[in-house]
Amino acid sequence: MTGTLVLLRAFLRRDRWMYLWWPVGIVILYVSQGWSVDGLYRTQEEFDKAAAGMEGNAALIAMAGPARALNTTGGQVAWQAAAFGAILVGLMSMFLIGRHTRSEEESGRDELLRAAPVGRYAALTAAVLDAALANLVVGLLTAGSLAAYGLAVADSLGLGLGLTACGWLFTGTALLGAQLTTSTRAAYGLAGTVIGLAYALRAFGDVSTAALSWLSPIGWYQAMHAFSGLRWWPAVLLLVGTVAGLAAAYAVFDRRDYGSGVLPARPGPARAGRGLSTGLGLAWRLQRPAVLAWTLGLLLGGLGFGTMGDDIGDLIGDSGTSRDLMLQGSTDLVDGFYATLMLMLALLAAGFSISSSLRPHGEENAGRVETLLATALRRSTWLGGHVVVTVAGTVATMAAAGLGLGTSYALVTGDGDAVLRMTWQVLSLSPAVLVLSGFARLVHGALPRAVLLSWLALLLACVVLFFGELFQLPRWFQDLSPFEHLALVPLEPFRWGPFVALTAVAAALSVAGQIAFRRRDVH
Amino acid sequence: MTDCVIEIRELVKEFGSLRALDGLDLTVERGEVHGFLGPNGAGKSTTIRVLLGLLRKDGGEARLLGGDPWRQAAELHARLAYVPGDVNLWPNLTGGEVIDLLGRLRGGLDERRRADLLECFDLDPTKKGRSYSKGNRQKVALVAALASDVELLLLDEPTSGLDPLMEAVFRDCIDDFRSEGHSVLLSSHILAEVEHLCDRVSIIRAGRCVESGTLAGLRHLTRTSITADLATVPAGLADLPGVHDVDVDNHRVHLEVDTTALDAVLDLLQTGGVRSLESQPPTLEDLFLRHYVDHAETERADRAGEDVRR
Repeated sequence: MTGTLVLLRAFLRRDRWMYLWWPVGIVILYVSQGWSVDGLYRTQEEFDKAAAGMEGNAALIAMAGPARALNTTGGQVAWQAAAFGAILVGLMSMFLIGRHTRSEEESGRDELLRAAPVGRYAALTAAVLDAALANLVVGLLTAGSLAAYGLAVADSLGLGLGLTACGWLFTGTALLGAQLTTSTRAAYGLAGTVIGLAYALRAFGDVSTAALSWLSPIGWYQAMHAFSGLRWWPAVLLLVGTVAGLAAAYAVFDRRDYGSGVLPARPGPARAGRGLSTGLGLAWRLQRPAVLAWTLGLLLGGLGFGTMGDDIGDLIGDSGTSRDLMLQGSTDLVDGFYATLMLMLALLAAGFSISSSLRPHGEENAGRVETLLATALRRSTWLGGHVVVTVAGTVATMAAAGLGLGTSYALVTGDGDAVLRMTWQVLSLSPAVLVLSGFARLVHGALPRAVLLSWLALLLACVVLFFGELFQLPRWFQDLSPFEHLALVPLEPFRWGPFVALTAVAAALSVAGQIAFRRRDVH
Repeated sequence: MTDCVIEIRELVKEFGSLRALDGLDLTVERGEVHGFLGPNGAGKSTTIRVLLGLLRKDGGEARLLGGDPWRQAAELHARLAYVPGDVNLWPNLTGGEVIDLLGRLRGGLDERRRADLLECFDLDPTKKGRSYSKGNRQKVALVAALASDVELLLLDEPTSGLDPLMEAVFRDCIDDFRSEGHSVLLSSHILAEVEHLCDRVSIIRAGRCVESGTLAGLRHLTRTSITADLATVPAGLADLPGVHDVDVDNHRVHLEVDTTALDAVLDLLQTGGVRSLESQPPTLEDLFLRHYVDHAETERADRAGEDVRR
């Protein structure tokens, strides 16, 4: 174990930003539930009525967890935040463990360390301590903030420390994953699957057989019943799971060779398939995993949102603030709500579209473009392949989001036409998404060092959507967001004018970006 | 003009305030393997990138296979193959897929040669890019380049990760390639490789060509070292023009002589009754080192002079 503390100090220094942002984000997730509940319902009677509506909604229970004490602030906080908080600490632990273990080993940096006088287990142990500490910080800050907000101290502590224990358990599984696989990507895949499985098990369990929830660490965390009859013994399950995961990881670490895993790296094809012979074929091959993942994710997101059907009134209540926030200032509850939802789905799709537009930039940075452009492949053809994938992928993700939304809405309300109608309505927002993505392409073409600007544009669109009306932001500022120019479907009837105009703007930005790229040096 | 595959005159490339290429000249004739030497940062890779149309030149002339490397990039690239010194592969594509992809993008590759090369270089084409070592990544790029049907190879330190066995395979491949009448521009730091393969070399420094010619021609510019056992050591050896570092130990003489002044030295040695004679022609390494050490020294001296004047 020689050197563990030295390494831990080095890790903590490398992780200082993660130690800031993850706790802050998670604390905000928990405390904001308190704010929003207290701001939403003016009387206990109103609160009781809304709670009753939520208790009967199987979709919400599947999404969040077993409904307990929903007519109290604490109960609402625990209900709405716990499952997502558990996912977040799982991801945080996974990234912390991955970057200090498998990723270091994969890059070969770890070899330098191991050649130094440090113990065999030093790096592994330092990574575990690092993640354990981060989870403790998250748990204590969450507990402290909830108590400071005015909720019961014992239950706040239960909700916070339960979160810590949950994170510890996922630290163990992430460490085990990092020992089993040979690449960081595969390790993240394995650890992420465990987190996803834990969430899915409790989702099914909470709406059908409760026994399933008892197979899930997230289920154990929620079984602590914070703010609805706190009990500590399920936390013991989490601790036992943590110890088991860590012990298994150390055992595998002991038995495997340096640089290898247990799950073998699978060999691939010795010859390229027919598709892999053009710029477009390569672009599709490289972006395929991202396109499929985003399409599936948005389909599921749409399906989830659509289950709310027409019962929007019960969820939102009658308060003024929530209406301002959710309904774009309209009086039509259902249409206003869905207009906002569609914009949110479109913003998510913009996340895909921008990252896809920047994929050529990533390829250039990784030094993989030179060899390609030294063949008869034209610059414009290479970039054009990526453009086609980005545009087609954007349309696919948005169609999937609309299809999901429309399908589950149709199932809940019996309105069969909603499937096509909502798919089209979400698709009608795609010109604005493509404007953001075309802007990203222009930045990559003309100012490759400033690609961050593309994400700032998305941030601006989000700020305008969520806070534009609330804070009465100046008109010219709101107009910077391309979404402000489109018809707010389904609240307003669709209009061709802005649709065509924004499509033209998107095309112009994209073409300008491609021309700029053709004229500059490639690195 | 003669049949040149690469013609560069007064080429200039600037990165901001840095003048990476400062009036570079370089000519590669058809059918020759041309060594491209210079220390790190001298501008070798920049030159190759300009030739590939990846970088836009800021001045001078550059012709590649008779065309404009910037405007006709794609057409010209169908006739050449390039191997970078630092090969970056896609982590989730196998070596075999990359070889096929690059070959197809170049306009097809020779199936038989592909199979032979995989065997010669002992490369497993089913491994994913992320699991190859540096040497194996280099092999992927080499196989892709050598299996294509092209007339010019641009190689930027292509053997930097290869073991000696593979380096020998590489030399054979280049010899074969040249015997078909094709040309190679080979940037390398492995001087033995350059000495073995290259018909002509160009040495560049700080973005300028400082020496260019056949190896034999360049050797003339430098010194041969001679060790001789003599009956009597003749007087005046050290006074001959072009003779340096004379070291007499009893009847044994060691000296360095400018290759152009060799004749006079041998004449004088003969008068002393030669019992044995060893002569060592300058290696490329001597040549290279001399060029850089000398330059570095003059530069230091220049700077010192400037300091004194100030």
